[in-house]
Formats: sequence, C-alpha cells, structure tokens
Amino acid sequence: MLKTEELQINIGPQHPSTHGVFRMLVTVDGETITDLKPVFGYLHRNHEQLAEMNTYQQNMPYTDRLDYFNAMANNHAYAIAVEKLVGIEVPERAEYIRVLMVELTRILNHAGALGFLINDMGAWQTQLAFGMREREKILDLFESASGARLMCNYFRFGGVARDLPADFMPRLKDLLLAMPGFVDEMERLLRENEILLQRSEGIGILPQELALAYSVTGPVLRGSGVAYDIRKAEPYSIYDRFDFDVPVGSVGDVYDRILVRIEEMRQSKRIIEQIIEQLPDAQGGYMNPKARQNVRPPVGDVYARVETPKGELGFYLVSDGSTKPYRYKVRAPSFINLTPLGDMCRGYKVADVVVILGSIDIVMGEVDR
Amino acid sequence: MPNLRAEDLRALLGRDLPGLLQEAYPLHLAPPPAHGHAPPPFTTADALVDADRIIEAALYLRDTLGYAFLSDICVVDYLADGVFELVYRFYHVEGGPSLALKARVPRESPQVPSLTPHWPGANFHEREAFDLYGITFVGHPFLRRIYMWDEFEGFPMRRDFPKQGDKYIGEEE
Repeated sequence: MLKTEELQINIGPQHPSTHGVFRMLVTVDGETITDLKPVFGYLHRNHEQLAEMNTYQQNMPYTDRLDYFNAMANNHAYAIAVEKLVGIEVPERAEYIRVLMVELTRILNHAGALGFLINDMGAWQTQLAFGMREREKILDLFESASGARLMCNYFRFGGVARDLPADFMPRLKDLLLAMPGFVDEMERLLRENEILLQRSEGIGILPQELALAYSVTGPVLRGSGVAYDIRKAEPYSIYDRFDFDVPVGSVGDVYDRILVRIEEMRQSKRIIEQIIEQLPDAQGGYMNPKARQNVRPPVGDVYARVETPKGELGFYLVSDGSTKPYRYKVRAPSFINLTPLGDMCRGYKVADVVVILGSIDIVMGEVDR
Repeated sequence: MPNLRAEDLRALLGRDLPGLLQEAYPLHLAPPPAHGHAPPPFTTADALVDADRIIEAALYLRDTLGYAFLSDICVVDYLADGVFELVYRFYHVEGGPSLALKARVPRESPQVPSLTPHWPGANFHEREAFDLYGITFVGHPFLRRIYMWDEFEGFPMRRDFPKQGDKYIGEEE
C-alpha cells in the first residue's frame, strides 16, 4: 500500500462556511480528517471587562452584540440575572411580552441557521432565501416593538422598554397563520432533498454520553437524544404555564440536529399561540413602575441562565454593592458547543467539516466575546 | 426533580469527604474608601473546597449525587484578599437548580488540577481561565491561550492589569 503523509491545512480564518472569523487547523490523511483544532479569538474584545467598567444599565445594549442573531434572548438572560441579584419583580404582562419575543427569536434563528446550513452543503441560496424571508417578517415585528431590527435593546430590569404597538397583535396573527406553511415547506425541502440526506445522515455523530461529558447544550445536546431543555428542566420566567414538547434526536448526527430545529420552530409557534390567548388577561403593565434602572445591588453573587436558540446562556454576576458589576461572566452556548468539534469531525472527509460546523450553529460574536 | 441546596451539599461533603471543605472566610470586594462606609464583605453560601482536591469533589458530585453536567467554570479575582476564586457549576441531567463548588487559589501561584481529563467539556473553560487570568490547570492536555495571541504577555482580566495605554503602540519610535 502506498504510504501517505499527513498534511496540515487551515480552513479559515476567512472562509465562507465559518460565518465569521474562525479558523480550523485540520490534519488530514488524504481526504480523511485525523485531527481538528478550532482556533478563534479574532473577534475578541474582552466583553467581560468592558462590562465591568460599565454600570448594570449600560450593559443591556452590549448583550445584544454577543449573539447578534438573537439579541432578545441575550437581553432576557441578563435581565433575569440582574433582577435576581437586586430582587426586582416583573409584572405578568411584561413576562408574556418577553417570552413572546424570545420565542419569535427562536423561530428566526432556526430559520436562518437551517438556511445557512443547506447553503453550505451546496444547495445554493434557495433555502437560505426562504429562511431569510421569514426572518425578515419577524424582524419587522421587532422593529415595530423596539425600534430596531437586530440590536433590539428591548428589555429593562423589571419589564420591557415600551408596550407593544397597537398593530402588533394583528400582524403577529397574520404571521402565525402563514407559519405552518413555511415550516412544512422548509421541512419538505430538507427531508426530500437528496443532497441533504447524503450529506447529513450519519455525519458528525455525537453520542449521548459524549454530548453530556462535553457540556454541549441546546439543539446539539437534544439532537444527541438528551431531552434537556432549561425551559423544562429549571423553568424561568413563566415557562411553566405553557404546554410544549422537547424534541430529541436519536443518533446524534447532523440530520438529527436539523430535525430538532424544525420541530422546535413548531413548538415555539405553539407557545406563541398560548401567549396570544393568555396575554389579554395578564395583570400589570409592560414595566414594573417601581423598578429603577440604575440599580445598586446588594453584595452577593448570582448565576442565571436561559435556553437561547443555541443553548444555555448564563450570566454570573458578583456585586460589590456599587453600580458596576465586580465580576460579569458570560457562559456562551456556541463557545462551549465548539468543544467537541474535533471529535465530531475525526474520521470524516474535509467537505463534511463545513456541514458539521454549520449544524452546531455558531455566532462568532458570542464565541469570541 | 433533584433539588439539593448549598447547605445540603456542604453537609454531604463534610460527611463523606472529611477534610475537603474549607471555611468560607469573607472576601473584601474593594479596598476601604477614603471616606464613607466600606461595603460589607462578601460571604458565600456555596461549598468552598480544597483546590488541590477539586477533582475528588467534582467526581463525588458526578458519580454519587448524579450532577454530571459541568456547565461553567468562572474565575473571580479578589485582589484585596490576594486570591482567585474558581466557581464550578454543575447541573443534574433531570433538571433542577445548580450546585456550585468554589475553590480559592493564591494569586502568586495560581494552580489547580484540571478537570479536562474527566470532563472534556471543561477544556475551553480552563483555557479561557488560563488565558485571561493566568491560572495553571495541572494535567490539561493543551493549555494554550484561547482568545489572545500566543505572544501576548500578561493576563487581561486580572484586576491589576492596566486598563489604559497600549504597550504595542509607540514601541517602534
């Protein structure tokens, strides 16, 4: 047999599939990957130290920039952490508005992530355009409520920045009416797509035990068959009031992660329908009138986490009794979900790396912080 | 759903692993101000364990109590007391609130055994702590800087790291 020599190649830092500045140092034997080391930090801005030099209130817009696809979900995690530290009550109506925004975020994230994933596989643009079209509709709603499409900065300690505009609910209902059609269409395009089946079934398998040992969260963990969703496991906000299922995969390959994301869009839609039903009866306003924004929490520490579309986003805050956090730490889901990338890619071909990375769904703003 | 509180964990650790728990002395978050009152010191309710035996404590949480999911490792720099505090956060796969283990290491020689051989998921957390705080994780398979470039000197998240000026600008003149 011909003796071959191992070769080291770089994928990235500038590569269309990495969706940001991200490098993978790949050792290949022919076409087969023997080792992969993720290299990042190109977008590092020491977010945590910046946050420690700001007041609690000033950090809210900064959290938008962590995972810039899901600004609302980041706001939610930070707001919960500070509210827990200070002891601020959130009115019922504000909680409903928050959960509504976060579930819309989940739909738009998964629509975008699936679009990008199949784009990376070579089904150029069509699917991505479908996903982006739906995302645009949700961003329009965000704009009408918060004034911004991406960097929403909508949450405040004790509620949200302003109430929903009058035309928000009718527009949301129109969106939901069109939603099942979109999700079914997306699912059909994916499941009946021969390219996708060949590129994703049995690729990038992450077994259940390994997924737990690697501390991955979100759709990556659930795709490996662990039914762990923080909305169920440790309900925060008002998630205990809603009826929804946690979809899980069986094998833990790329295909399972795709299916989990499709099903999560349906479940988010279910939650939103329940919100529409219950919101008119909710007590209180959009904001706790007694809540101060320039907070001065008592000395202590707190860890609060939420289930963002990408996984567990947690904030660990230590307060020294002043208006600035003594320690502000972000537990970013896509940063930790990258840990098993080397193990997931080993033994597969170079072209599979792109697909496996896409199925993890990373955002570099959050990975590099 | 398992719901162990910090007090329960301290009691369990004290019973099953004698000598592991340390007394959580209060930490000073800021030097006393020139005038006005000093902020009260911070006393934690979480279990503070011997840093050299962190693996033993973590394995107890995983294998005996079932808290197998290592969610987060965070470092806090308590400059006034001269210690780094590491906060390990564990969750049960069935759900429920977290359990935290804390360990304190002196700022002059920050060293702690690595959890990566037992939890591969600790890998990036520990590299981040090494990069930004300079904590050496003994037994880590690939302890290299993760955010900063390899030639960078100093540890930018330490509280005594200068926040102004740039030594890389104006060097050539």
